[in-house]
Amino acid sequence: MIQAILVFNNHGKPRLVRFYQRFVKEIQQQIVRETFHLVLKRDDNICNFLEGGSLIGGSDYKLIYRHYATLYFVFCVDSSESELGILDLIQVFVETLDKCFENVCELDLIFHMDKVHYILQEVVMGGMVLETNMNEIVAQIEAQNRLEKSEGGLSAAPARAVSAVKNINLPEIPRNINIGDLNIKVPNLSQFV
Amino acid sequence: MALKMVKGSIDRMFDKNLQDLVRGIRNHKEDEAKYISQCIDEIKQELKQDNIAVKANAVCKLTYLQMLGYDISWAAFNIIEVMSASKFTFKRIGYLAASQSFHEGTDVIMLTTNQIRKDLSSPSQYDTGVALTGLSCFVTPDLARDLANDIMTLMSHTKPYIRKKAVLIMYKVFLKYPESLRPAFPRLKEKLEDPDPGVQSAAVNVICELARRNPKNYLSLAPLFFKLMTSSTNNWVLIKIIKLFGALTPLEPRLGKKLIEPLTNLIHSTSAMSLLYECVNTVIAVLISLSSGMPNHSASIQLCVQKLRILIEDSDQNLKYLGLLAMSKILKTHPKSVQSHKDLILQCLDDKDESIRLRALDLLYGMVSKKNLMEIVKKLMTHVDKAEGTTYRDELLTKIIDICSQSNYQYITNFEWYISILVELTRLEGTRHGHLIAAQMLDVAIRVKAIRKFAVSQMSALLDSAHLLASSTQRNGICEVLYAAAWICGEFSEHLQEPHHTLEAMLRPRVTTLPGHIQAVYVQNVVKLYASILQQKEQAGEAEGAQAVTQLMVDRLPQFVQSADLEVQERASCILQLVKHIQKLQAKDVPVAEEVSALFAGELNPVAPKAQKKVPVPEGESEDERPRAVFHEEEQRRPKHRPSEADEEELARRREARKQEQANNPFYIKSSPSPQKRYQDTPGVEHIPVVQIDLSVPLKVPGLPMSDQYVKLEEERRHRQKLEKDKRRKKRKEKEKKGKRRHSSLPTESDEDIAPAQQVDIVTEEMPENALPSDEDDKDPNDPYRALDIDLDKPLADSEKLPIQKHRNTETSKSPEKDVPMVEKKSKKPKKKEKKHKEKERDKEKKKEKEKKAEDLDFWLSTTPPPAPAPAPAPVPSTDECEDAKTEAQGEEDDAEGQDQDKKSPKPKKKKHRKEKEERTKGKKKSKKQPPGSEEAAGEPVQNGAPEEEQLPPESSYSLLAENSYVKMTCDIRGSLQEDSQVTVAIVLENRSSSILKGMELSVLDSLNARMARPQGSSVHDGVPVPFQLPPGVSNEAQYVFTIQSIVMAQKLKGTLSFIAKNDEGATHEKLDFRLHFSCSSYLITTPCYSDAFAKLLESGDLSMSSIKVDGIRMSFQNLLAKICFHHHFSVVERVDSCASMYSRSIQGHHVCLLVKKGENSVSVDGKCSDSTLLSNLLEEMKATLAKC
Repeated sequence: MIQAILVFNNHGKPRLVRFYQRFVKEIQQQIVRETFHLVLKRDDNICNFLEGGSLIGGSDYKLIYRHYATLYFVFCVDSSESELGILDLIQVFVETLDKCFENVCELDLIFHMDKVHYILQEVVMGGMVLETNMNEIVAQIEAQNRLEKSEGGLSAAPARAVSAVKNINLPEIPRNINIGDLNIKVPNLSQFV
Repeated sequence: MALKMVKGSIDRMFDKNLQDLVRGIRNHKEDEAKYISQCIDEIKQELKQDNIAVKANAVCKLTYLQMLGYDISWAAFNIIEVMSASKFTFKRIGYLAASQSFHEGTDVIMLTTNQIRKDLSSPSQYDTGVALTGLSCFVTPDLARDLANDIMTLMSHTKPYIRKKAVLIMYKVFLKYPESLRPAFPRLKEKLEDPDPGVQSAAVNVICELARRNPKNYLSLAPLFFKLMTSSTNNWVLIKIIKLFGALTPLEPRLGKKLIEPLTNLIHSTSAMSLLYECVNTVIAVLISLSSGMPNHSASIQLCVQKLRILIEDSDQNLKYLGLLAMSKILKTHPKSVQSHKDLILQCLDDKDESIRLRALDLLYGMVSKKNLMEIVKKLMTHVDKAEGTTYRDELLTKIIDICSQSNYQYITNFEWYISILVELTRLEGTRHGHLIAAQMLDVAIRVKAIRKFAVSQMSALLDSAHLLASSTQRNGICEVLYAAAWICGEFSEHLQEPHHTLEAMLRPRVTTLPGHIQAVYVQNVVKLYASILQQKEQAGEAEGAQAVTQLMVDRLPQFVQSADLEVQERASCILQLVKHIQKLQAKDVPVAEEVSALFAGELNPVAPKAQKKVPVPEGESEDERPRAVFHEEEQRRPKHRPSEADEEELARRREARKQEQANNPFYIKSSPSPQKRYQDTPGVEHIPVVQIDLSVPLKVPGLPMSDQYVKLEEERRHRQKLEKDKRRKKRKEKEKKGKRRHSSLPTESDEDIAPAQQVDIVTEEMPENALPSDEDDKDPNDPYRALDIDLDKPLADSEKLPIQKHRNTETSKSPEKDVPMVEKKSKKPKKKEKKHKEKERDKEKKKEKEKKAEDLDFWLSTTPPPAPAPAPAPVPSTDECEDAKTEAQGEEDDAEGQDQDKKSPKPKKKKHRKEKEERTKGKKKSKKQPPGSEEAAGEPVQNGAPEEEQLPPESSYSLLAENSYVKMTCDIRGSLQEDSQVTVAIVLENRSSSILKGMELSVLDSLNARMARPQGSSVHDGVPVPFQLPPGVSNEAQYVFTIQSIVMAQKLKGTLSFIAKNDEGATHEKLDFRLHFSCSSYLITTPCYSDAFAKLLESGDLSMSSIKVDGIRMSFQNLLAKICFHHHFSVVERVDSCASMYSRSIQGHHVCLLVKKGENSVSVDGKCSDSTLLSNLLEEMKATLAKC
């Protein structure tokens, strides 16, 4: 079981917080903070596992994380999950994000938290891995986006237009914080069907 | 209409959407909180609008704010509104918000049931999918129960997308509603072979999660999983299955044997590291389960260790880490194969990665031997010096102590070395583990008698050295060591070289800066020290010296008397008086040393940590009065004060008496007859034989010892030993040469060859007789997964069905059966006899099936075909079976024909079987004649003592609340375990008029003690809307939650239901007043309790007692119990004849135990409860119930 999935940036700002076990919101925030501090002190070239310890559940739990450019993706899992498998799953998730947002960067996650959640929902459901095949995930997400578009129709158009106008006023959106190093050494990614 | 829509969307343009909100927050970095609170106000406005798009947008923004840590629980109702939007776009937003913010305590969650059901059956697969995903995050026991059937249907949906989601969510349903596991399991199993790989993977996932918690119930699935493992190419699935096998093998060693080969093949063939790693892990699990046996295991071990070495040597830190992790598993059973890789592991200690270092440390724990302990610890000590960050250093410290102390100091050959290591560790700055070091010092000093002299010298040096005291305030952790040091110096003061010096050190003013508990030990041990100094001086005839010491004590003790710590103060003032008394005696030249040291006569023995628990309680003594066994610090066996007039003879007599008393006292930890402890038979310090150690190091160490010295010395010693041995061997050889030439073993230096430096007695920790050091008391009784420990091989019974949603109002759904424990259920079955037979039959089938299953598994597991089943017993059941079939086919023909058959078949067993059949058919016929549920049967007084035959009229837990010509209100109050101090009131409203009732509102006047939970923002005087309308003749149920402060008393709340009755003629506004009666029983929750737990509860003695007696009862005992169970929410713990114990629990956790006894026409109820008021009120209520019987 996966207990929590956290995404935060290098400064500890949460970008996606998804708990599959109930915690009151203060504890949730505390877990995010503590996890960030735990992960932050680790160099990039040391192992990606951390014994969760006091945070969630105790000794049966591990934090498994990956660091991409400005973002940390942290999964808190129990011993029923394969450590290397989860590392690959993070990779699948990030690559899916990359496909859905076309060259994903932190800003995409900031402004489209809802969409990121929808993508995650196709990968993990209720703490259990739902799908690991990226093509399948992307296909389902696109189908849902099409459905949403078709529903929007006329009434959504003005809102979209305004939104576009608002975006024009924002020259500051840089597209260059993309997660360049997607080809981080993954020993076994190709093995997954 | 269209215009309105366009207008709405134009309005919407100017609302902030999520992006605007995010942007706004980023632009208001300085006053973020203020900006957000402003946004929340806007959102509240938006939520009040009718336009669902606006609401959805608001909810979407709330979801973002929730991530930032803002409370959005107040919007729960709005979230539900958005969830029920018809458009997928909005629905998705609603479900996302719900999945992020809903939990079991969200009270409006019960309103979602129907919406979710609707979405689950939606024609759009994405509506269904979104509902499933959302539900997976907030499913509650109620939702699980109500929706289990719907979800199970979805498991066979045409779309694999839905199937896999439905399969996955079943796990959550099982957790919340364990009763659903058995009915749903067959279909889940079916999904293991689903054509879609995603669905298959989901099913594997769920079953693996289930099996991980309760593996034994899933053993029968092993062949199926085996097939999957050899056929699947999906690595996710393979990993899960292989992990599952890892959990199963400990239960069935034969399974392991079968697994080894395919796993080995996978290890060789796969290129996926994750799969390889899991294979290695499972092979290790298999090898552990096959602790003995097949010889070719060493090959598998070698393969695993080899592969792991490759992982550890890999440059990828992740692989390194996992390699070490797996290695530690092998270590437990096959330490030898791991020990050969010591070099690699020591190398990992230098790794830059802390996780890896910690793992390597774990491994070291198992790798030490007598030979390498010193070397490894030396290496660790250098790491301690180098370590940055206290956490890692503390970890190192505990590991050093763990490694050294493991299995009773098995690997320590030189305790001087160990003591010096401990002393060196005290120099660590800022460690939290001072107490650990202290405990070790005490333990070693007490248990290793030979080391006491050395230990005392080191400890006195510690007491003397200023560094521990100097900054005791900042480094409070390490000063704990002084506790041990003081105690050791005091207790073993006879070994002190310069006791006077140490005494002065312990009486320094700086000592008063230490924590209280340490000072207390100082005070106590100062006296011990004083006693032994006195003894010395008197023996040497130095009366003046003795008086000087007394004077020192009198001078210095007052500083402790002034202590703020009570313990210190008490001890100090007591001792000060004693010393003053001694001073007087000394002035008269009376020898006092003997008596003073008699205060501390006797030997302390270590006691095992669990010993106390194992001591049986003697009769007539409660737990509180039980004397505590001593461990080190408590010295209760010593009389506090001895009259100084006691002469030598008196002393001797008392000593004898004490010995006698100790011998008879079961709590005194007697010396056991083991040869190790023979000398303890003689009490008194002066009699303890102390083994003289030939110390090769000077005892007076000027500074602190360097453990390295000991390492060197130890090496030399070993070397000498070896030489001597070699010499002896040579001699022997020569002898042998002279005689017969014999094969002699090669000179290897194994562990056993290294003799410890000192003749060390390790006193084992004592336990009461017949007590075994077991771990049985370490089990956790509150495992949430225990509820899922369900046998899945039994065929499904008819009663095991998932609840199918019916209209709330129907009689059956609310029949009391649902809430009543088994006992009553049975009594209510009208066709009991027949049922019994059927059950018997079913049991038989079950048994057969189970046997068959077991045979299947056995067959699959055995590599050779199983021995042909014994021919004799096999055919019997088979004929039985066909007999069965025949009779079944023939239906219920004549008994005559049956008898004919009986004649044909002479086997007695068959006959019996046949008879049963007859009886059954007879029973059936009989029952057919009887009108079902006849009134007479129910009303008949029972005389024949067969209460089972008697029926109780069906009862409802719903009681009438109020009624008028429009509406009838009935209600049921249930405690909920999820939130303490809350009860749910379910009110059924029935429309009796021909009007439609709408706009119903319930207003209840809160009392101080009971409050209604109202939606956020509504005031106490507002009515709470009833979430439905009632067409004529229809009824529906609404639930309301009340928070109760004190549950010990019953109470009533006044309320009014207001509604609009509308018919063809018009609408009228109507009102109906009612009074809600919260009885004490409604705060109880039927909780099953096992008899042993029940007994323990009664014994615990913190329950108050009360009792009632009711006369004139004619009802059978069985029914009485059922009534109590039903109306007062009790469950029967045990029933013997006309006496039964019952148990229940209140929502606030009070235990209520009852003993119900039936006499002639009377019933007495004795109750025990943690709250006496609650108990007496409950008993009153019960009295009222019983009076009606």
